[in-house]
Parts: sequence; structure tokens; C-alpha cells
Amino acid sequence: MMPSPAVHREGTPAYWKKGVQAGLPIAIGYMPVAFTFGLLAKAAELSLFETIGMSVIVFAGASQYIALSMIVAMSGAAELILTTFIMNIRHLLMSASLKERAEDDPKWLRAIYAFFITDETFSVAATSPEKKITGSYLLGLGIVAYSCWVIFSGVGYLMGAGLPQSLQDSMGIALYAMFIALLVPAAKKSKKVIALAASAAVLNSIFSFVPTLNGGWGIILSTLIAAVSIEFFMKGDERDE
Amino acid sequence: MSEQLIWVIVGMGIVTYIPRMLPLVLFHTNHLHPRIQGILKNVPFAILGALIFPGVFTINPENYLYGGIGAAAAFIAAWLNLNVIVVVLSSIFVLYGYTFL
Repeated sequence: MMPSPAVHREGTPAYWKKGVQAGLPIAIGYMPVAFTFGLLAKAAELSLFETIGMSVIVFAGASQYIALSMIVAMSGAAELILTTFIMNIRHLLMSASLKERAEDDPKWLRAIYAFFITDETFSVAATSPEKKITGSYLLGLGIVAYSCWVIFSGVGYLMGAGLPQSLQDSMGIALYAMFIALLVPAAKKSKKVIALAASAAVLNSIFSFVPTLNGGWGIILSTLIAAVSIEFFMKGDERDE
Repeated sequence: MSEQLIWVIVGMGIVTYIPRMLPLVLFHTNHLHPRIQGILKNVPFAILGALIFPGVFTINPENYLYGGIGAAAAFIAAWLNLNVIVVVLSSIFVLYGYTFL
């Protein structure tokens, strides 16, 4: 039987539902990360409004964590925004790749679902079995992940306040533990990842002795030098991710 | 910082949204040079290295060992492929225990 136009129209709610279902595992994965973000934001002395605001406006886990550590380190506004930008330029790749497979939706709709691109939503969408990805699917996927991110940021913030002071002190390690937890599994699989992290770590440690490079600018500079030079020294190595 | 923080957050939101939106909405060709693609893929791992060191040693300015112990605990937990939240919680509790020694 030939697919009729009516069948095509009925597809929209179905795609939405598929997107929501595909978003649920992401939402579950986001819960502890968002909760920890809220907890750390409280420790970094952000207000509840600023904490939820950051999750609502930025919606990018790693750069929100980085922002917290930079706020604690008294970095300036320009450093914070530039670091966020450098951290999130990688979404260009994902957006470009989604465009290849996305249906020809109107620009305003693409402008909306572009907001929901994260490492996780992209990975799920990019590996979905559908030939063409529809706007309703991407919206369903994105909104489920996003709502969970925002809500649990607030929950983490409110619950963090009830913890004893000695425990709150030892929570200073949480941010770094989270970075280590993100890095180590990738480093176990790839020498290139080890080279990238190690060279940036060494550079930033050296920069920490230079007064003008202390803090945010040192992070930006060491990241860029490491990312560019390792690409030239180790090109073609390890395509396993 | 506090008064202007909300504007910093808005700025973070804008610079995060632009790379997400540009290729999908505006670009007609999606052809980034492979070298640029490679560099962009490198950024998350390089930045993690720079974020961890030397910062992790400074969480207790009077005792570098404090951060070192926490980092070691996190490293071991992460090496065992434990979930991120478990890694975070174990390093917190190791340090919490350390303060009672």
C-alpha cells in the first residue's frame, strides 16, 4: 500500500512519542549530574535563581561545572564566557551532522531544537534507526532531557543546604572528581586522550605560576595549545571512541 | 561578581546556543576542514586535563595532600568504571573520613 498524506500527518505525534521515549534514559542519566550541579552551585554560593537560571539558559553540563569552578576561583566575566564558548564549539559538529539527516523543517523549528543539542541528545538522535530525523522527534527527545536537567539542578541546590558543614567542606573535591570520572574511562581507551589531558595539565600548571595567566586564561590557552599541537603530532592515531 | 553573575550566565547561554544553531539554521555547506574537526574533538579532553591540574591541589590551600587524596580516590573509582555520581560520592566520603584522622 502506498503511504497516503494522511498517514504522514499522523506521524507527528508518533515521532514526538518516540523522541520522548528515547529521551528517558538521558533524563535518568542527567538526574545525578544535575543534582550534583545544584549541590555544587550551593557550595559555590550561587543563589537558587542563578543556579536554576544557568540550567535554563545554558543547558550544557560540562561548561556549567567549569563555570562553577571558575566562579569559585574568582575568574572574570570574559574568561567565563570565552571558556564556555571554547568548550561548546564542539556542538558545531553535531549541529552540522544533524542537519544532514534532519527533515526539511522550517528555520524557526530548527532554531528551537538546535537549543537541545548536547553530547547525549546528539548521540541518541544520531544513532536512531530512522532514516530521516523529524523535528517532533528531536523536540520530544530534547524537552525530556532538558526538563530533567533543570528540575534536578533545583532539587540538588535545595537539598545541599541541609548537609552538615564538615561534609560540605569535603564537597570541594566533587567538581574535580566529576572531571576525573569523565576523563579516565576515555583515557583508558585512547593514548591520544592521555596525551591531550596530560599536556594541557602540564601547561596549565606552568601557567599557574604566571600572574596574568593564573585561572581562566591559563585554562583557555593550555587547552588550545594542547588540542592543536596534539592534532598535528598524533594525526590519524586512534579513531576509537 | 554576584550582581553581574546573571548577565554572565546570559552570555554563557548565547555563546553556547550559537554553535548549536548556526549549522542547522544558517549554513548551506556543512564542510569543516578535517583538521578543524579533529581539533574540535580534542577540546573536551584537553580542557579536562587543564581543569583538574593544578586546581585539585588547591581545594585546601594549607594541605596539598587533601586534594591529592581526593583525586586519587576519584581516579581509582573511575578506573573501576563506576558511575560518575559514585565516583564523586566516594571521593567526598574518603575526604570526609580523612578529616577525622
